Amino acid sequence: MSTQNLTLVQAVRDGLYTEMKQDDDVLVMGEDVGKNGGVFRATEGLYNEFGDDRVIDTPLAESGIVGTAIGMAAYGLKPVPEMQFSGFMYPAFDQIVSHAARLRNRSRGRFTCPLVVRAPYGGGIRAPEHHSESKEAFYAHEAGLKVVIPSTPYDTKGLLISAIRDPDPVIFLEPKLIYRAFRGEVPEEDYTVPLGEAAVRREGTDISVFTYGAMSRPTQEAAENLSEEGIDVEVVDLRTVSPLDEAAIVESFKKTGRAAVVHEAPRKGGLAGEITAVIQEEALLYQEAPVERITGFDVPFPLYALEDYYLPSVARIEEGIRNAVEF
Amino acid sequence: MSTLQRDPEEQVQVLDENGGVVGEVPDLGDDELVEMYRAMRLARHFDKRAVSLQRQGRMGTYPPLSGQEGAQIGSTMALDDDDWMFPSYREHGGAVVRGVPLTQTLLYWMGHEDGNKMTPDTNVFPVAVPISTQILHATGAAWASKLKGDDEKAFICYFGDGGTSEGDFHEGLNFAGVFDTPNVFFCNNNQWAISVPRERQTASKTIAHKAVAYGFDGVQVDGMDPLAVYKVTRDAVEKAKNPGDRRRPTLIEAVQYRFGAHTTADDPTVYRDDDEVEKWKAKDPIPRLEKFLRETGRLDDESVDAVTQSVEEQVADAIDEAESVPRPEPSEMFESVYAEMPDHLREQMEDFEQLREQVGDEAFLRE
Repeated sequence: MSTQNLTLVQAVRDGLYTEMKQDDDVLVMGEDVGKNGGVFRATEGLYNEFGDDRVIDTPLAESGIVGTAIGMAAYGLKPVPEMQFSGFMYPAFDQIVSHAARLRNRSRGRFTCPLVVRAPYGGGIRAPEHHSESKEAFYAHEAGLKVVIPSTPYDTKGLLISAIRDPDPVIFLEPKLIYRAFRGEVPEEDYTVPLGEAAVRREGTDISVFTYGAMSRPTQEAAENLSEEGIDVEVVDLRTVSPLDEAAIVESFKKTGRAAVVHEAPRKGGLAGEITAVIQEEALLYQEAPVERITGFDVPFPLYALEDYYLPSVARIEEGIRNAVEF
Repeated sequence: MSTLQRDPEEQVQVLDENGGVVGEVPDLGDDELVEMYRAMRLARHFDKRAVSLQRQGRMGTYPPLSGQEGAQIGSTMALDDDDWMFPSYREHGGAVVRGVPLTQTLLYWMGHEDGNKMTPDTNVFPVAVPISTQILHATGAAWASKLKGDDEKAFICYFGDGGTSEGDFHEGLNFAGVFDTPNVFFCNNNQWAISVPRERQTASKTIAHKAVAYGFDGVQVDGMDPLAVYKVTRDAVEKAKNPGDRRRPTLIEAVQYRFGAHTTADDPTVYRDDDEVEKWKAKDPIPRLEKFLRETGRLDDESVDAVTQSVEEQVADAIDEAESVPRPEPSEMFESVYAEMPDHLREQMEDFEQLREQVGDEAFLRE
């Protein structure tokens, strides 16, 4: 199998290209995705390759983009609408939660909504106001949606292809902090990474740290640093936050008896609470310490002069892990 | 005579591309006309410096305004002191006219929370980065002023051609028409919503036409002609206040062009031709007004040089001031979330400060 050395955003593009090449029903739509190739170049070259019927520059209207994509999906196409930034997704929120998520349920399976809403998400790139939020919990809370957040180029392509082939709507959040931060080997062929399966990034025995997206790397860095102090950290990258891979969470936790969750989204009502509940319900008797939540603060994402303080840093992750281990 | 009752396909113009008078010059004093020119020069020079600060890594992403000074300055100068402005994110030039210091605009784009903090006597809403959301706020504020029996204020709201595609545009203008709110909806049609041209945004012949469906006047103006913009906006402001008669909103479509990128993060050569840019540069609002002012004896080489020097100094001073502001304290994130800081936030703030003392700032700051 031949591979290419791609960044995460190139893997997005490659995933779209691969699936569009083999399935004529797949189309891309959104603001500046066509001629401009997307503001992050996630759709670069697709317009020339597939034409303006399959790579569509739409009017500037998020509700319009997702709402029409729902109609297209119900009619048999497989649209992959792009929201330019996840912070601009809210005009489409009604379409996503009231319609995309529920069309199968409301029509008792007569209509379905196999679409993938892609959006660059998260902080850390010195972006303007409203460009850096992490609101995956909004979507994970909604029955009928799947929510994917990749952290490596390989996973990105494989998960995106799985998402496009999935019979239900998927919210595909792309951590833009690591769009170009590193490269990884990505097969040229099509392949899938299954939705809802976590990956153990580092095996350890003292504590399980659950994370995803852009926080995966600082978490692994913290784990390496702590190994020098004799703390052996297991890092589990969830990859899909809805549905959660509960079996993987429980299996890892039963081994270590301690846990921390790292996400840049705010703490209150965040995924860390949900993961803690899974541990409580399934592995209470294994628990040796409270689960540490290492998250963004419960504040609006600050303008960029303060974002380094907001984002969970290696220092905060290390401190949280130590708290759980030393409890 | 009002400029507002006309076919939405007609375009109001006072100065032609060469600064020649082709319409009725608005009733402005010599000082005001020179001030209009100076404010446009200030906006242009600020813009040039801001783009270069971004390129040098001294500022984050920035949305340039060059080419749009005529619309910004012409319209804000047509407002009265008590009127309100609801900007999008590109109206830095107009904001200066309304009392927002350049330093504050720089701080905003440098990522400081205080960049969003308007002084209490500045009737300017914070910058709206999401598209067209501010239209509803402008309608609501105008509506409130009417409900409170305040007859003396108009509420101008800025948005782009792309913004007219959002549902909030429709809802804001529809409410305004139904409730007769004292609004001036000012569309900066600069032809491009990032890479999408105006004709792919709406099949409507003009944006001004859209007002017909909301039941109020829609007027197109040459947005690169500051005198025409002034005149149309002034008429719309007076109609919004309209002592004794029905107060009504207006939609103004100011036809113009952004010479630069949408923001410093995009490359316009990918999606538009240089020929098109050159064609629009011939309509540049600044030389147009300068020629008119020179030909009517209001400006000469000496006064133009004085303007050049004074705007350069003003911008340089603002940059010095903004760059001398220290990095904000993390506590600023936690402030102003609620009227009173809740316990859980105070705890998060204190825990963070404690860790910061232990490990030092360098443990958090990247680069």
